[in-house]
Amino acid sequence: MTGPQASGVRDSNALAVRASGVGKVFPTKSGDVVALTGVELTVSAGEFVSLIGPSGCGKSTLLRLIADLDSTSSGELEIFGKPARQARIDQDYGIAFQQAGLLPWRTVAGNIELPLELHGVAREKRRERVAELASLVGLSDFVDRYPDQLSGGMQQRVAIARALAEQPRLLLMDEPFGALDEMTREYLQSELTRIASDTGAAVVFVTHSIPEAVFLSDRVVVMSPRPGRITEVLPTGLGDLRTDSLRESPEYFERVTAVREALHGTPVERANER
Amino acid sequence: MTLSTKDAVPAPGGALRQARGGRAAVGADGRTPPAWVRIVAPIAVGVIILVLWVLVVDVLAIAPRALPSPLAILNDLVKHSDIIVEDMGITAKNALIGLAVGAIAAIALAALASAFAPIDGMLAPLVSAIAVVPIVAITPILNTMFGASSQFGRVAVAAIAAFVPVFVNVLRGLRQTRPVHRDVLRAAGANGLQTFRALTLPTAVPYLMTGLRIASSIAVIAALVAEYFGGPADGIGTAIATYAKSGRASLAFAYVAGGIAIGLAFFLVTSLLERIATRRKPV
Repeated sequence: MTGPQASGVRDSNALAVRASGVGKVFPTKSGDVVALTGVELTVSAGEFVSLIGPSGCGKSTLLRLIADLDSTSSGELEIFGKPARQARIDQDYGIAFQQAGLLPWRTVAGNIELPLELHGVAREKRRERVAELASLVGLSDFVDRYPDQLSGGMQQRVAIARALAEQPRLLLMDEPFGALDEMTREYLQSELTRIASDTGAAVVFVTHSIPEAVFLSDRVVVMSPRPGRITEVLPTGLGDLRTDSLRESPEYFERVTAVREALHGTPVERANER
Repeated sequence: MTLSTKDAVPAPGGALRQARGGRAAVGADGRTPPAWVRIVAPIAVGVIILVLWVLVVDVLAIAPRALPSPLAILNDLVKHSDIIVEDMGITAKNALIGLAVGAIAAIALAALASAFAPIDGMLAPLVSAIAVVPIVAITPILNTMFGASSQFGRVAVAAIAAFVPVFVNVLRGLRQTRPVHRDVLRAAGANGLQTFRALTLPTAVPYLMTGLRIASSIAVIAALVAEYFGGPADGIGTAIATYAKSGRASLAFAYVAGGIAIGLAFFLVTSLLERIATRRKPV
């Protein structure tokens, strides 16, 4: 499957995400909680960036700000040079969450085409696009099933297909594989790298799994809590080829260690590793 | 079609079967009785009661005069089936119109209450008031108000009785949308009306059906009881009151059977609707 982004010449100078001094404060009864402060981050078109950090580091909050599901308290945030709200209305991004969030009364096809339906795409066009997307995520035989007839991994693939429905140039993912078992997880990680390179979309991927972040990403953004902020950005430099053999390579383990050290703030001794 | 083990799919219809067996959820471990027992047992109870009834009334003849034999009731049921069916039609129509009017008003007001907090605040005490008013208490007033030749009082009583369970359930249903679904709709750039149609309304439908199921039985009872307090000289309730007073107990009981049939029909239809609406489990 080839989207227009994959076949067309990609403008390598265009920024998918540009965050400058972005902060988010949640007012509560017992005072303000600073969820994010001073976030400086750029994501290039077609780049795969993971946000990693312990609970409360604001990684999901940052993703929700990019998606305009919450609004920034301070700083500037641009998606493809537009305010986040405009980018959301223009459908410049697709999003998938930890919960698949499928509508149980709609079939797989009905869920995938939901965004298209909302934007008034004609029935025939929708049908074609659903067929494309279903084959992209390997669910062609299941388009007439209902979500409660699918496994967790299949539901998540439907959610990813739905996120890709409007051929977004940016894919936002909030721990999409967090609730899945390890085998399904590794399988979907490989699938996701394939889908990302097929569609040419930039990806911002929130996770708290170090191996997942390293395996998927061009750059890993390490965050830390209280207040939520970016502490380090590590390029993985693992190239475009993401296969299962990469998981066994020394470079991969080196990057995993580097990210772990960045997360802990100190060099990790080998003997202490599990 | 090949499936890997990690992506195993439950058999199609599996969820449906589970939903049907909802009350017998422990059935799989074999500790609940087999299906034939569940069907035969209540039938056996019914037969035993009938036999005892015939024994007490017909064989031993020790029953009070107001309790007729089931055979006499059956006889009257067959002999007067034409007028019984006619009166059933009157009562069922009153109940159905009342149910429809009450439900539509309840849905409209629940939608308003869920959309605008001030309206919710205004309606809450009103609905509580309607909920605690015994419908029987206002029935004679309504009957007098709309005259002895009008069915309107009865329909109104059924509508008021049906309103409350539908309103309460729909209002709750309209508030059950999950955060992740709201995020999905917002991320897809849906406006308020689109979100209502694609998410809020479908989420509320199972709750609406539950409300309708409860309201349907109440509407039948209300329409029937309302006939005890005047109005036109037709309907199941009027007939039961008349024949019970004039000593024709077996005919009165035959009419009771007609009333049961109406209630059962309403209950079965709305239960079926509810089952259809709730067959997809949330994931």
